[in-house]
Amino acid sequence: MQKVTREQLLNKASELLSNGTVSCVLGWAAGEFDYDVTPKMFNCVEELNAGFVFNDFCGANVSKYLVARAGKCEGKILVFLKPCDTYSFNQLLTEHRFDREKVYAVGIPCEGMADIAKVKAVCGDGISSIDTTGEDMKVTTLYADAPVSVAAADVLAERCINCKSKKHVAYDELMGEEGDVIDSARFDEVARLEAMSPDERFAFWQNELSRCIRCNACRDACPACTCEKCVFDNPNSGVENKSPANSFEEKLFHIIRAFHVAGRCTDCGECSRVCPQNIPLHLLNRKFIKDINEFYGDYQAGAEVGSRAPLVNYTTEDLEPGEVFDRRDNNA
Amino acid sequence: MQVNEYKPLIVAFCCNWCSYAGADLAGNNRLAYPAEVKIIRVPCSCRVNPMFILRAFQRGADGVIICGCHPGDCHYTSGNYYTRRRMAALFSMLDYLGIEKERTRVEWVSAAEGAKFAATMNDFVQTVAALGENKRLEDLRCKK
Amino acid sequence: MRKCSLDKIDLVFAQIAKNAALYLPVDQTDGSAAYKKWEEGTVWSGALNTVRSPKDFFFPQTEDLMRFKTEGKNIEIIDTRTEGEDFVVFGVRACDVKSFDILDRVFLSEPVDSFYANRRAHGVIVSLACTRPSETCFCKTFGIDPAEPAGDITAWKTETEIFFRANTEKGEQLLSKIAALTEDSDDAVVKAQKEQIGKIMDKLPLKNVTTDGFGGGKTDELFNRPEWDELSQSCLGCGTCTFVCPTCQCYDIKDFNTGNGVIRYRCWDSCMYSEFTRMAHGNNRLTQKERFRQRFMHKLVYYPENNDGLFSCVGCGRCLAKCPISMNIVKVMKKIGGETK
Repeated sequence: MQKVTREQLLNKASELLSNGTVSCVLGWAAGEFDYDVTPKMFNCVEELNAGFVFNDFCGANVSKYLVARAGKCEGKILVFLKPCDTYSFNQLLTEHRFDREKVYAVGIPCEGMADIAKVKAVCGDGISSIDTTGEDMKVTTLYADAPVSVAAADVLAERCINCKSKKHVAYDELMGEEGDVIDSARFDEVARLEAMSPDERFAFWQNELSRCIRCNACRDACPACTCEKCVFDNPNSGVENKSPANSFEEKLFHIIRAFHVAGRCTDCGECSRVCPQNIPLHLLNRKFIKDINEFYGDYQAGAEVGSRAPLVNYTTEDLEPGEVFDRRDNNA
Repeated sequence: MQVNEYKPLIVAFCCNWCSYAGADLAGNNRLAYPAEVKIIRVPCSCRVNPMFILRAFQRGADGVIICGCHPGDCHYTSGNYYTRRRMAALFSMLDYLGIEKERTRVEWVSAAEGAKFAATMNDFVQTVAALGENKRLEDLRCKK
Repeated sequence: MRKCSLDKIDLVFAQIAKNAALYLPVDQTDGSAAYKKWEEGTVWSGALNTVRSPKDFFFPQTEDLMRFKTEGKNIEIIDTRTEGEDFVVFGVRACDVKSFDILDRVFLSEPVDSFYANRRAHGVIVSLACTRPSETCFCKTFGIDPAEPAGDITAWKTETEIFFRANTEKGEQLLSKIAALTEDSDDAVVKAQKEQIGKIMDKLPLKNVTTDGFGGGKTDELFNRPEWDELSQSCLGCGTCTFVCPTCQCYDIKDFNTGNGVIRYRCWDSCMYSEFTRMAHGNNRLTQKERFRQRFMHKLVYYPENNDGLFSCVGCGRCLAKCPISMNIVKVMKKIGGETK
């Protein structure tokens, strides 16, 4: 259950639309079921009333849409940002990807978003409705006689279990109370992999990456991936590949994808959320974040506008690439 | 003489101003280093995109070494500092994916260090030879 | 009709695998299912369906067409074809079986795609009736009965038994190979199961999705509909829907320079990509709206226009489950076509 309700957001959006502060609203639209939510631009109150939704399945990070949308409508865009979305928002601003003046950001609290795959794992397939208004989720399926009650904590998305911050780092207006940065255990899984032998790590990633179908969803959903023309789409780059012909191309794509956002990745977790093959792509990004924190000091991309990403920065005293492994071996 | 002795293929990215000149000096001084080392001259070590390294492996390299000016001596003032950070991150990622960490290396070789160049290459070739063929980042299509 | 106890299913698999490669859905480490080659110890997945469709068996994501080797001024062309091996795909759902009809019309019409044709000739399909459809299923919209899938052999699974019925000569042959493990049966159990499935079909949330308003000859009417703007605005332009789709059949032919020759290969392409059908003059669909529209117009208008009204969608629901932003063909059909509720 979310602390802020659909009605509260709807009222806020209607108010800002009618007093002329904003001319359109970037939010989430209801789908066929209670969980298939689509990001959408709403242009008027009628559209909002008809389709706007906010519930435990509004995980999609809408900040990337500002790159294409901000400045396209007459006035400002109202965007609702969950705490983790605000980091992406700031990072995009840092990279001058949209005009801040064209956006009116409202920070909204987030209690963590649900993963529909986890809901199905508990309640089975054939979901006919999910009621998220109560403390527990009530899931009705075609195959169970009575609704099943599920604790929200049991179906929390991985990224929300390891939520790094409930604090909004950017907004024009805040709804509800401000949260704090959380000392989360998000690097534990990376550390577990690091502790494996190289053979085990290789087998782990070979298994995970072998499922890749190169749909590019991880790239296209990523708020840090905003190149106009990706190297993997460019026939002149020499590495354009529309599908992974073998395990080398799988690794090439995922290493380069993660490297390209290293230091800029806010760890919003969209890559893993959208992967149709459930590849834990966030573990690649988190490895870079963990390394950067250890090598060059703690850094959170998007925490403040204008900060210089660690990989486009340096000090004369940085450690040598070879020392990376000495450090790790000594720590082990 | 052993005919079928395994010889690793090494790609060495050398910056134009220091390391390439260092290699030149090694040659002038008749210092031997293995012929399996293929040098690619780049304007600065920071010109080396991670993609170059992965593609070298794809095309059959067994090890990749990047050589640049000593920190503080970059012809472009700061290029090698960026190299240092990028390669630290990239090599750590390759290791994370289970790829042998000994296959990648960064060394700083100045124009005056012909002996260091030869010694580095000899050592690197030996290290990689001990690992054997690159199997974890190979592209079977590119095998002869 | 033949039947066999599920206790003996591994013996059946072993028997089939003696003569041909056997592929069946297997649970993966991430919890989803995928077709894998059967070997001793492989456990058949109970999942409703696989993330990737079985079109891979006939139209793989990448396949080498030929190799070139150049020496001096000579070009040697090397045949790399391998698609002549017999195989059996087990447990294909009704929707996916129907998708082969749709692919056949593309690849088996003149000029015949010999790679696809060879694989079709060498593959035997054992279909499996659905007992627990998902809320994302809408195969009924396209006239598919999940209780009566086509294929060379149709199978029905209960808690304890599995029933087989051969539909083709290829199916008969395969059934005769496992005859020692199966016994004759009447169809009482199967009939009861079909009835049960029929009841569930009436409860599915998407049971009223209709193709009314779509079909051949509708291009002028639908192409410039204003709803395309709204529907496509949140599309990320990834290829998830096209790559999990059992009927998407677009591909690209590319050359890969190996350093010592060239591999000419074919790989799936996606109309969602900016590089799709790029030609010398550039690309003819410059915006995501145009690319998005292409996908649905192809499935619901262009394809039926050229194929006697057959729609190029089977209602498997993969794109509903997998689209990162949950925009899918059902939402398009309801918005653009007629909605009956």
